[in-house]
Amino acid sequence: MAADSSRPDADAGTATEAADDRLLEVENLQTVFHTERETIRAVDGISFGIAEGETLGLVGESGSGKSVTARSIMGLVDSPGELLPDSSIRFDGRELTGLSEKQYERVRGGGVAMVFQDPLSTLNPVYTVGNQIEEALSLHRGLSGMDATEKAIELLEDVGIPDAARRVSEYPHEFSGGMRQRAVIAMALACDPDLLICDEPTTALDVTIQAQILELLAELQEEHGLAILFITHDMGVIAEVCDRVAVMYAGEVVEQAPVVELFENPRHPYTRGLLRSIPSTQRGADRLETIEGEVPTPNAPATDCRFAPRCPEAFDACREVHPEPVPVAAETADEGADHSAACLLYPENETRGQAVERHTSEGETTGAGAADSGGDAR
Amino acid sequence: MSRPGPEREATGLAGLDCAPGEALLSVRDLRTYYDSGELIGGQPVKAVDGVSFDVRKGETLGIVGESGCGKTTLGRTLVRLEAATGGEVRVGDDDVTQLSGEDLQAWRRNAQVVFQDPESSLNDRMTVGEIVREPLDVHDWGTPAERRARVRSLLEKVGLQEEHYYRYPHQFSGGQRQRVGIARALALEPEFVVLDEPVSALDVSVQAQILNLLMDLQEELGLTYLFIAHDLSVVEHICDRVAVMYLGNVMELGPTEELFDDPANPYTRALLSAVPEPDPTAEIDRMTLRGTPPSPRDPPTGCPFSTRCPVKIRPDGFEAVDDETWEAIEVFRETLRARGRAERSLSERAREFLGFETRFATVDEVVDELFADRELPGSVREPVERASDLARDGDEDAALEHLRAELGSVCDHEQPTAHGVDATGRESRCHRHDDEYDEPAAVGPSVGDAE
Repeated sequence: MAADSSRPDADAGTATEAADDRLLEVENLQTVFHTERETIRAVDGISFGIAEGETLGLVGESGSGKSVTARSIMGLVDSPGELLPDSSIRFDGRELTGLSEKQYERVRGGGVAMVFQDPLSTLNPVYTVGNQIEEALSLHRGLSGMDATEKAIELLEDVGIPDAARRVSEYPHEFSGGMRQRAVIAMALACDPDLLICDEPTTALDVTIQAQILELLAELQEEHGLAILFITHDMGVIAEVCDRVAVMYAGEVVEQAPVVELFENPRHPYTRGLLRSIPSTQRGADRLETIEGEVPTPNAPATDCRFAPRCPEAFDACREVHPEPVPVAAETADEGADHSAACLLYPENETRGQAVERHTSEGETTGAGAADSGGDAR
Repeated sequence: MSRPGPEREATGLAGLDCAPGEALLSVRDLRTYYDSGELIGGQPVKAVDGVSFDVRKGETLGIVGESGCGKTTLGRTLVRLEAATGGEVRVGDDDVTQLSGEDLQAWRRNAQVVFQDPESSLNDRMTVGEIVREPLDVHDWGTPAERRARVRSLLEKVGLQEEHYYRYPHQFSGGQRQRVGIARALALEPEFVVLDEPVSALDVSVQAQILNLLMDLQEELGLTYLFIAHDLSVVEHICDRVAVMYLGNVMELGPTEELFDDPANPYTRALLSAVPEPDPTAEIDRMTLRGTPPSPRDPPTGCPFSTRCPVKIRPDGFEAVDDETWEAIEVFRETLRARGRAERSLSERAREFLGFETRFATVDEVVDELFADRELPGSVREPVERASDLARDGDEDAALEHLRAELGSVCDHEQPTAHGVDATGRESRCHRHDDEYDEPAAVGPSVGDAE
């Protein structure tokens, strides 16, 4: 299966050149949902990449588009949702947008697997855990009968389930929450993926169980050389597991940086606010710092900064110009620290007028196509 | 019945009017069990299993613990949403668990709850005004006009606008809905508010807004909070004192700062070390716990935490056994417990009865995996072999009992009592606080903000 997806695909030739060294390259991804009243731009033109063996964290509040991004990569966006035509998702050099359902099934089986937030709704309650892992094995590896059962037991042992030979024939309700999530991870590993997308995999779990699962994921990553896209709203988890972080707000990536750089030197006002509102980082403070207001629902192409209404540093231009990501690495940062933020305050070495001018002109060149295709879709 | 008016009347519960800092509630050996519903042989679920502590007037007491530890049941028992099975909750000279009639009404007016999920705790068919007014209606508070005026002032107090009176909950965001829940809880001017995970369902920036609001209200109204949460960083921020619960028991209780700086109980230490720090450069020296908490239907006989404790005391004579072998024995016991708990289907019971092979007959594989490459001293091998034999015959309970008798220590046999661990009156339940053993901090990795 891995061989299949690495085969150069005829459709793939059109994309940009930067994609080659990364396992996953997402460019200008736009996922919209059509409702009777409006079109919700859940993911609105985001770009990021993940190298082999790397963990990218996707962090943001609810409604920021994290999960829709994951589902878009997995090809799980159904009507009334759709990916706009300019979107590009390249996995292992192959363009995934526009694949047929049949072709996508092979990608999901062979290259990309996903672990969802709630293990109880991922698992089918009327089949044993073993059945469900064996199903994945038979679909993606052609194993059946005793071979599949043995492999299933082996996978359960790999994810640290004790007494696996007995538990393989138990039903999901007989597993505890942590064990269920282990079983789901075993199922994801059944198809030997290169990229594992984890959508809030520990949010429903207690901290001591979360610690077990994070440890397990780290071990598996080392063992299998997995690349991981880790989606969470918990900055503590981000700090622990990720190599790089992309911060999402209202469907856009507002800041992207290596993890240490992001925590030590957050540049976007939203990232700063997010980090400051964590209670444990403000020990001794009587009142917590907050970001006033709520996350907006993006329902039109952005013509301004979507964070401006809540931003303590917003100025007039923020309401008129849509900020584009610009490099913002501090001079103290390592060479090549790939740090960008989409905010009119940057680049810092330019005057505010120059910076605004730069964002305006960049928006015109890259944003024009997006706006057009948005029109086509309707 | 006297009609409580806008000016607050004497409640009949004299203890509510104690001075700030004195014990508003004295909880003693409180137990709340749920019946299993089975006719024969069912064990009750021991959700709260003998807890004692005081709630001081004007303070915020945090209750932390993992899901299933009984923290929510404890909160609900204190406000009489659940009936206690044993023990007492004293307010002055009255026992809340025994109140009835007007006294119970008075207690209910004075003890309110803010629930976790603002999606499900507000009735979607009532307007916000009606929701907040409902407690006033139920308790026949003032005149209708006074009630409406009170609702308006409450909405303003929690940071909503007057025009929100006629809107429905679905028109609000999660944070705003939680504000409505808070306004409803405060409608009757309670003394004591149970906050049951009030911010767990909210995003971090909204969570901070609600926490600030709760702190402001406490200061303004002199409220006493019981703050139930699983998020330790929130608890650290808002609470004056913290009780750490595990399997229906309070394992450690003390002032927040001391408890977080230098946790005394092994469970507190494990819990704190499991929280990921929002600092990528922090070194991770974690005590990862094995397995999951035991069933509250069948808690361990000794210390509740003994099945997972990383610093469990070894029995005399086994100090020389190497750590990995000892760990394997604990894993073996854990596996037997899991098997004992697993439901056997009818067909499996029949197969077992007829002596056919079942999925439970694979105990040899487990033993093999755990002990095959280990040199077991005779004193360990004999009990392990005997236990495997018993388990093979389908009698996990006997196997466990045998292992407990042969290889168990004080942690398996006796419930630990509360030891004072510092000058602040902090208490921790652990046998390691006895003089004859090393302190938990001396044998485990370092944990806590101070270290």
